[in-house]
Amino acid sequence: MWDELQLLFVWAPVINIQLILEGIFVGAIFALSAYGLALVWGVMNIKNLAQGDFVIAGGYMAFWLNSLGLPLPLILPIVLVSMFFYGWLVYLLVIRRILDQDMFVSLLATFGLSLLMQQVINRIFGPEVQTVDMQLPVFDAFDNMVTIPSSKLIALGLAAIIAIAVVLFMKKSRTGQAIRATAQDPRAARVLGINIDRVYAFTFAFNSALCGAAGVLVSIIFVIQPFYGITYSMGSFAIVTAAGLGNLPAVIISAFGIGLFTKYCGFFESALEYAAPVAVLITVLLWRQITMSRNRQAVR
Amino acid sequence: MEIKRYIVAAGAMLAVSVAGFAGTAAAKVEGDTIILGSSISLTGKYATNGLHTQRGYDFAVKVINEAGGVKVGGKTYKLDVKYYDDESTPARAAQLAERLIQQDGVEFMLGPYSSGMTKAIAPVSEKFGVPMIEAEGAARSLFTQGYKYLFAVLSTTDLYLPMAIEMAAASTDDPSKLRVAVAFEGDPFTADIRVGVLEKLAEYKMQVIADDQLPADLSDMSTTLTKVKALKPDMLIVSGHSKGAATAARQIDEMKINVPIIALTHCEAAKVQEKFPKTATGFMCPTQWVENISKSDKYFGTAAEWNAGFKAEYGEFYPTSVPYQAAQASAAVLVWKEAFEAANSFDKDTVRDAISAVEMETFYGDIKFSAEGNNIAKPMFMRQIQSDGSYKLIEGFDDMIFPRKVNY
Repeated sequence: MWDELQLLFVWAPVINIQLILEGIFVGAIFALSAYGLALVWGVMNIKNLAQGDFVIAGGYMAFWLNSLGLPLPLILPIVLVSMFFYGWLVYLLVIRRILDQDMFVSLLATFGLSLLMQQVINRIFGPEVQTVDMQLPVFDAFDNMVTIPSSKLIALGLAAIIAIAVVLFMKKSRTGQAIRATAQDPRAARVLGINIDRVYAFTFAFNSALCGAAGVLVSIIFVIQPFYGITYSMGSFAIVTAAGLGNLPAVIISAFGIGLFTKYCGFFESALEYAAPVAVLITVLLWRQITMSRNRQAVR
Repeated sequence: MEIKRYIVAAGAMLAVSVAGFAGTAAAKVEGDTIILGSSISLTGKYATNGLHTQRGYDFAVKVINEAGGVKVGGKTYKLDVKYYDDESTPARAAQLAERLIQQDGVEFMLGPYSSGMTKAIAPVSEKFGVPMIEAEGAARSLFTQGYKYLFAVLSTTDLYLPMAIEMAAASTDDPSKLRVAVAFEGDPFTADIRVGVLEKLAEYKMQVIADDQLPADLSDMSTTLTKVKALKPDMLIVSGHSKGAATAARQIDEMKINVPIIALTHCEAAKVQEKFPKTATGFMCPTQWVENISKSDKYFGTAAEWNAGFKAEYGEFYPTSVPYQAAQASAAVLVWKEAFEAANSFDKDTVRDAISAVEMETFYGDIKFSAEGNNIAKPMFMRQIQSDGSYKLIEGFDDMIFPRKVNY
């Protein structure tokens, strides 16, 4: 612990730059999947425990397309579109049936979906760790103390473009407005002629496509394995809990915050990296509990 | 009337007990076939290695049967294996072991894949006094529980990496000046590897400058490597199954890590030489077995002949090299044959004593069990990945490329 602190602040402060960059890269990916989760949670009140598995599914799709020799500019749109339709299908088969049910039904159903997806991916691709290695150059600075792979820069750029597109889509397009209207008041939206069922289907499919995009980025900068989904589910839940639903800027800030926090925790002990989001989740929940208890009033 | 009912009841009881007795008696040795039982991972996360193991068992059974089978009490028996799929979950593995023993009457077991599954099954086979020869559970902790019916043909985890440390020590006049960074996953299997490493490092008084625990869902170890980069150790040791090897190789490349000696486990399983040919150059990788050792037996011939025979049978699955998991599985079946013949009986305890007295040379290496049940006659082997992606057997520091040369 003491050694790590000295390393960070006395002997080699330049490695802070590396940690911050890593935090930003991982935060960008978390932001995509967390925003999808917040959308589905806010609009449909479905807590999707299979969120991370959608990410991994997108990753494997990218891995497969890459093994066929397709370039990244083609892989990303193909994965986006196929994951969109996959999400729509999952909505029709599973999600639509659990919409107005108890919270536990939605947790159980999406947990089951998560197990199913893991096993299907495992069946098709096998349990080995895979990665899409694009053989892109790596930049280094400060006498090789800081290295930035261009794949990570590309991933960051793509994440930013997707985030901007999502914001514009939600603000400007008719479908985006319909989604926001439905989130505010489904009954009123229906009265005004919005086809709620379609909005729900679209929202879920849209979330699936966002996860797919995150998955593509994961596969080009990290490694994927059929059972790695839980990491992204956990991260997304922590971020959404910290940021609240339906607030994109807050989701992005909280994603980068958690990204940085995990990397600094990981510097002290790599295994802590995976405990960090859970720690944030618990802290936020405790904090809310304490602050809200002041406003709580008992009915007498 | 009353008597008639008694007779019927007694008859029914007799029939049930005879059927039950015949069921158990017939299941272990059916006619001229000895049935071995194994619960193995054919689906789930260990499926790949589970299949390597199963093929190793099946290949050995085929070769031994073709060579005349097993001779016990002047009669010749064939071998057969009854498998169940444990779906890569320990709880299921324990259930299935119980089912093999209690329902199917199996009295001789072959091991599952992985230390975790073996840990789940060993208490069950121990409870029923059923001997189990396993080939895929290397955790040292399996052999400190006092199990009497568990035998393993492979070397234990504490022997995985010390050879690399010995070679590193040979690279300098004063090993105590060497600074070593280690990163291990926290699961029981890898934790056992770590114990062996730390003991060896302490023996040479080397300095452990970083000792990280890697998470189970290991997809990013950039923080550990950032630390390594800042600390500039003389040796880096990483172990975390094949995902650990793949992640390490990928990020060692991306972060341009220049450490003179890098040792990691599971290189071959992760195919680092194919996926990251540039970075993998110079990695030191331990293995249980290599196909060019000069060991042989009369059924499989030399190690190379076993390799060729196995490829002829399952070549479609193994276009380049055959994993050692399959070789050690075959060796386990061979030990069963030897033990049955030495015991000249099918009594569980007689056979168990015969296994513990086994002392034999096989294509896989020498086999002799300690009182704890692990094989103490076979060494581990260390290989280094060459720039063409091949693995070269390294027997001492002089064989080794040092320092590791990589152009990032």
